[in-house]
Amino acid sequence: MITDILIRGLVHSGVYAMLALGFALVFGVGRVLNLAHTAFFMVASYGIFYFVGTGAGLPLAVLLSTLGVVALGLVLYKLFLEPVRGMEATVLITSLATAVLLQELVVIFFGRRFGRVPEVFPGFVRILGVRVAYQEIATVVLAVVCLLATWLLLSRTRLGLAIRTSAQDPEVANLMGINVGRITQVVVALGILLASLAGAAVAPLITVEPHMWMDRLVIVLAAVVLGGLGSLKGSLLGAVILAFAEAGVVFLIPGGSFLRTAVAMAIMLSVFVFRPEGLFGSGMAEES
Amino acid sequence: MRSILCLVTVAILAVSFAGTAGGTIRIGIIGPMGYMQGEHHWHGATMAAQEINDAGGIQIGDEVFEVELISVDSNEIESVPDAVSAVERAIVAQRVDFLIGGFRTEAVFPMTERAVDHDKIFLIAGAAADQLLEGRVDRDYERYKNLFRVTPIRSSDLARLSLLLLRDVAQSFREELNIDNLRVAVIAERAEWAEELVRHVEMLIETPMPQGLGGEHVGTWRPSARAPDVSAELTAIERREAHIIYTAFSGPVGVPFGQEWGRLQVPAATVGINVQAQSGTWLEDTDGHGAYTATAGIYAREVETTPATTDFVEAFVERVGELPIYTAATYDAVHILAAALERAGTLETEAVVAALEETDHAGTMAQFVFDDVHDLTWGPGYATGLGVQWVDGEARAFWPLDWQPAPAEQPEWTVTYEGTIPYQIPPWVMEHWGPEEE
Repeated sequence: MITDILIRGLVHSGVYAMLALGFALVFGVGRVLNLAHTAFFMVASYGIFYFVGTGAGLPLAVLLSTLGVVALGLVLYKLFLEPVRGMEATVLITSLATAVLLQELVVIFFGRRFGRVPEVFPGFVRILGVRVAYQEIATVVLAVVCLLATWLLLSRTRLGLAIRTSAQDPEVANLMGINVGRITQVVVALGILLASLAGAAVAPLITVEPHMWMDRLVIVLAAVVLGGLGSLKGSLLGAVILAFAEAGVVFLIPGGSFLRTAVAMAIMLSVFVFRPEGLFGSGMAEES
Repeated sequence: MRSILCLVTVAILAVSFAGTAGGTIRIGIIGPMGYMQGEHHWHGATMAAQEINDAGGIQIGDEVFEVELISVDSNEIESVPDAVSAVERAIVAQRVDFLIGGFRTEAVFPMTERAVDHDKIFLIAGAAADQLLEGRVDRDYERYKNLFRVTPIRSSDLARLSLLLLRDVAQSFREELNIDNLRVAVIAERAEWAEELVRHVEMLIETPMPQGLGGEHVGTWRPSARAPDVSAELTAIERREAHIIYTAFSGPVGVPFGQEWGRLQVPAATVGINVQAQSGTWLEDTDGHGAYTATAGIYAREVETTPATTDFVEAFVERVGELPIYTAATYDAVHILAAALERAGTLETEAVVAALEETDHAGTMAQFVFDDVHDLTWGPGYATGLGVQWVDGEARAFWPLDWQPAPAEQPEWTVTYEGTIPYQIPPWVMEHWGPEEE
């Protein structure tokens, strides 16, 4: 059973990690708790579904959808979130409203019927006796590549240095000639890019539907709270822990497998009560 | 002066609207209209209404009434309060005379409460829980007499049907694979309608034959009705070495289940209830992985449940482009209501209820006869449902095929609907449990 939980948890942790990392990045630099984050994941999945439906191949569909969602995300950020960036409660409400707006737009354009994106890697392999689809393995690989690329960007490039500096002290970064507003936009774009790629990764594995962002938002919030708000390492670890916790619920309490999301919420609440600063308890800047 | 003019205008408008409504019967078709379940509610009802109006309408006493359908989006898959508001709106603002539909039991309870508050007749066409009628109509007839169920068959009858389908599948395992000690897993969405069904099925699996299946129950998993992924559940089920997975899904979770079951080629046959698998787009929805899924259903192509079934199914497919699911039996509901109105000869509720109670209607899904609690009579010659399996790209019925309703008393009595074909064990399941592995 332990093997089953480990493998199933690992398969799911990749996408959760991509979503949590993007969310934590935007919060770490821009101090924006963007509740619309997973809505972009949903829109990206629909974008791929749409472009595949028009006859575009999957790679082109992923490219077009990702570019489109990043552009849309930046526009929405400029319109709705940037003007209220300093006001935390307003940001929460505005970003949630943005998510619902995106959901309803998707309902208008696509209806509530499920969408399907064809798989690229058919078939499965048995790993320690557990059946894992090649498509799931591809998802994990994509997640690892994205996470490594993000790490390289943050730690080995001038842009990464500017991002980390802005996260550490926006005023000093500004005095050093860094355009913090522009950097924040770049980070928002990067966060949405990660969300879009997460959508691309799972679209062939799941049913695309307008409410798919909600459960993931709960997981992402729980992951970043568990890891420590603004901590990238913490968010990644939080996402992995929650993926394993979800798998654990299914194997340990079969009759309660509907409680998967509730368990994530319970973990989040427990962290609030017993360790409000999260597992790492440090911001992104301190980590780097 | 101006206020008097306004009052006069309002009065004239009110009178003119009342005059228009006199020649029509407004039936609210209520369901989750953004989803397949609600869409089929609507399509089934519109086909019936069109037929009735084309034939001249409904003769009630000396007057002839046209049927006007009002689409009422309950949004009940997402929100029960929305569904209750929708009923209120339909009755108060849209002035419907009757209501047909409903889908989720949790929503249909308060929806029907609101309907009876307004003394409206509500033909349930989508929710299965016994308690929607049992314990209401029998215990407080005066309040709940307006409620009837047209589709599906009640949960306890679904459990009986499930056992029959399980037996058919088990029989295939016994005959083709020589497996006698069958292990059965249950996976059911967490929803009110499934609670009683799961309890019944769990008990029947371990009950010795002939009353039960005589198998071993290896566990029950209860994902959310909206779970996007059930691969962990399927892994756990495989670990318990189940031969058969009994499903009870009415919500979206049915799609990821079918998709992952086929994609991972989980070595267990699946049978039970999966409403999504009743849809004509099932294979498309599951990226082709849903082949060999078996589910209880109402309609399948080329199967004559009643003489009216195939004509309706073909007309529905031609009109909508997909196979009707069970909520499309609003077609029968509208016809049943129309016939009852003609028999009653009045729109007065008590008389219409009395006429509905006398229903003996040859519909498309069954011969409709309501019992003491206004529920469907189940059994041969009445409503039975079908066992449907996706083979060769089509939903084909595999039950009833040589079904013996009373094997002890009347062993020679068998029931077969024309067009049914034998159940097929999925090839990868055959391969896994074949002689070399067993």
